[in-house]
Amino acid sequence: MNGTVNTDAISGAPSRLSNAAVDKNVFDHVHSWLVTVDHKKLGLMYIMYGLLFFVVGGIEACLIRIQLAVPNNHFLPPQVFNQFFTMHGTTMVFFVGMPLIFGFANYLVPLMIGARDLAFPRLNAFGFWLTVFGGLLLYFSYIGGDGMSGAGSAPDVGWFAYAPLTARAFSKGHSTDYWILGILVSGLGSIATAANVVTTILCMRCRGMTLTKMPLLAWMNLIMCGMVLIAVSPLTAAQIMLLLDRFVGSHFFDTQDGGSAVLWMHFFWIFGHPEVYILVIPAFAIASEVIPVFSRKAIFGYPVMVGATLAIAFVSLSVWAHHMFTIGMTSTSNTFFAVSTMMVGIPTGIKIFNWLGTMWGGKLRFDTPMLFSIAFLFQFLIAGLTGIMLGAAPFDWQLNDSYFVIAHFHYVLVGSIVFMIFAGIYYWFPKATGRLLSERLGKWHFWLFLIGFHMTFDTMHIPGVLGMPRRIYTYEANRGWGTLNLICSLGAAVQAIGTVFLILNILISLRKGRLAGNDPWDAWTLEWSTTSPPPEYNFAEIPTVKSRRPLWDIKHPTDPDWKYE
Amino acid sequence: MNAALATDSLPDTRWAPPKGVVGMSCLIIAESAIFTIFVVAYLYYLGKDLGGPTPRQVLELPILNSICLLSSSATITFAVRALRKGDAKRFGLWWAITIALGAYFLLGTGWEWRHLIRDKGLTIRTNLFGTTFYSLVGLHASHVVVGLLALLIVMAFSITGSLKQEHADRAHVLSLYWHFVDAVWVIVFTVVYIIGR
Repeated sequence: MNGTVNTDAISGAPSRLSNAAVDKNVFDHVHSWLVTVDHKKLGLMYIMYGLLFFVVGGIEACLIRIQLAVPNNHFLPPQVFNQFFTMHGTTMVFFVGMPLIFGFANYLVPLMIGARDLAFPRLNAFGFWLTVFGGLLLYFSYIGGDGMSGAGSAPDVGWFAYAPLTARAFSKGHSTDYWILGILVSGLGSIATAANVVTTILCMRCRGMTLTKMPLLAWMNLIMCGMVLIAVSPLTAAQIMLLLDRFVGSHFFDTQDGGSAVLWMHFFWIFGHPEVYILVIPAFAIASEVIPVFSRKAIFGYPVMVGATLAIAFVSLSVWAHHMFTIGMTSTSNTFFAVSTMMVGIPTGIKIFNWLGTMWGGKLRFDTPMLFSIAFLFQFLIAGLTGIMLGAAPFDWQLNDSYFVIAHFHYVLVGSIVFMIFAGIYYWFPKATGRLLSERLGKWHFWLFLIGFHMTFDTMHIPGVLGMPRRIYTYEANRGWGTLNLICSLGAAVQAIGTVFLILNILISLRKGRLAGNDPWDAWTLEWSTTSPPPEYNFAEIPTVKSRRPLWDIKHPTDPDWKYE
Repeated sequence: MNAALATDSLPDTRWAPPKGVVGMSCLIIAESAIFTIFVVAYLYYLGKDLGGPTPRQVLELPILNSICLLSSSATITFAVRALRKGDAKRFGLWWAITIALGAYFLLGTGWEWRHLIRDKGLTIRTNLFGTTFYSLVGLHASHVVVGLLALLIVMAFSITGSLKQEHADRAHVLSLYWHFVDAVWVIVFTVVYIIGR
C-alpha cells in the first residue's frame, strides 16, 4: 500500500528482498492486486471494500435521517425511502459487516497462528471476488432493475424481504431479483471463505500451538466460520426457493396456492439471527486481543472465554423466532424462544466480566484502539439489556417493529461491531502498512463518533416506546416525535463527520504516519514478531510457541508464560 | 525475532488432519444445511396441496436407480483403494463404473421426470407437491451432475496417464463428496418415497 510492499518475495527467504517494486508502473501494481491469492492483500481488499460500502450505506442512512428529521417532510419520495432502508440494511449486513469480518479473519488468522497463508489461497481469492460481484449485482439494480415492466429501480422489500412482498405480483421488474442474486452470490463467497478459515485453523497452526494455546481471535473466528457454514446456507436455500418462485412459478411462499409466508420468515431468521452473532463474535475477537494489550495483562479466563463463545454459537442457533413473536405462534413456541433468547445473556455476561477482569488492576493505556474497546464494553452491555427486554415476548408484542427495535440492533451493529472494527483498524493498521494512524485524528474520530452515536441511538429508544413504527416514510407533527427525531438526525451528522476523520486519518497516515516498527504496541501475539508490513511469506522461519503469549516469553525469558499455563 | 522463537523447538508431535478432508467436510456441513431447509419445506408442505396430483397417485419407487447410486459409493471406494496401491488400470475401471452408475441414476431421474411431466401432468407449477418435489430431487440431481463432472475430469487425467499414486488423497477427497451425494439420496428417498407416499 505504501510503495514498499514487496511482491516478489520468495517463500522461505531469509529477509525481505530487492527493490523490484520500484521498477513497476501503476498497472503492474493494480494487476498484482487483482490476481493476488495472498491472504494479506485479500484481507486488505476485503476491508477496503467493506469501508467503501460503509460509506455508501452511511450516505443512505444520512438521507433516511434527513427525511425523518422533521414531521411532514418530503425530502425523499416514499418509494425512494423504501429503497434506501432496504439498500441500507442489505448493504450494511452483507457488504459491510461480512467483508470487514472476513477481511480481519483473512489478514490476521494466518499471522496469528504462524502460517504462511490460508489453506486454499485460490479459493480465498474466489470467495473475495464472489463477494465483490454480489455487491455489484445488488447496486446494479439501480441501473438494470427496471426490467421489462419499468417498475422499481432498486429493491424496496426491506432487508428481510417478507413474503408476499417479494412475489412477482408485488415486486415487478428485476430489482428484487438483483437483491436475491447479490445475497446468494456473496453468501457462496462467505461459505467458501469460512471453509477456508476453518481448514487453516485446524490444519496449519505452527509448532507448539495447540488449540488451547491459540490466540482468542483465532478461536472466535473458528467458531464464527463454523456458524457461517451452518447459518448462511439456509439463506442460500431460501433464496433459491424465492428465485424458483419468481422465475419458474413454484409456490414456496405463494399464499394463493397454499404456500406459506411464515415459512419464509422462519427460513430467513434461521439465518438472520445467527448472522448477528456471526458479525459480533469477530468483534469479541478484536476486543479479546486489544483489551489485554492495553491493560498490560493476559486475558482473564481464557478457557471460559472459549467456552462462552461456543455456548453463544450453540444457543444462538435456536433463538430465531424471537423475531416473530407478533405473528401468532403457540405459547409453547413463544416461551421456548423467549427462554433461549434470554439464555444468550449468560455466556455474554461472562464475556463482559472477563474483559472487565482483564482490565481490573491493569496498567491501562488509553490509545485509540482501547478507547473504542471501552466504549464497546458499555454499549454492548446496553445492547444486551435491551435485547433481553425484547426477548420477553409480551414486551416484544408492544415494541416489535418500532424504533425501539431499531435502536436496540444499532446498539449491537454500530455500538459494538462498528466500534470494534474501528478499534481493529487502529490496532492493526501499523502492522498492515508499517505506519501508525495519528492518535490526534483518532481521538477526534473517537469522540465525534461516540457523541454522534449516543445522540442518535440513545434518543431513538424513546420514539420507539412512544409508538413510532419503523420504516414509516414520514409522520404527523402532533405525535410528539419531532424533537427526538431531530436529535437522532443531528447525531447521524456528527457520526458522519467522525467517519470523515477516520478517512482523513487513513489517507494522511498512509503517507506521513509515524513509522511503526514490528511491534508498536508491545503486544504478545505472533503477528507482531514479523515486519510491518509482513513479507509475502509472513515468517522467514515458521515460529514455535510454548504459551498463549509467545512474544511475552521472548521479551521476558526469565518469567515466561508457559511456566504458569 | 523469528529465529529466537524457533530456537528451543519442541518435538513435532502435532497431528493435523489433512486439509482436503477438512475443507470437504466444511462444504458437506454447509450443503447439509441447504438440504435440511429443502427437506423441511418438503415435509412442511406435505399433504397441504390445494389440488392434485398427490405423491401416492404418481410416484413410483426408483429402486433400481437407488441401487445404482448407492453401489457407486462402493465402486469409488474400490477405485481410490486401487490408486493408493498404484494400480492405475484397476482404478480406471472402478472409476468408469462409478461414472456409469451415476450417469444411469441421472438418466433414471430424467425418465421419472419425463413420465411425471408428460403422462401425469405434474410440473413445478402444478401444486405444492410439484414445487417441493422437483426442487428437492432437482437439487440432489444437480449435485449428482456436479459430482459427475468432477469424476469425468479425473477420468480424463486417468486416461491420459497423468493420474499417479500420489494423487490418491485428492481422489479420496472427491470420493467424500460422492459419498455425501449418496447419503443425501438415502434421506431424499426416505422423505419423498417412503414418508411422503
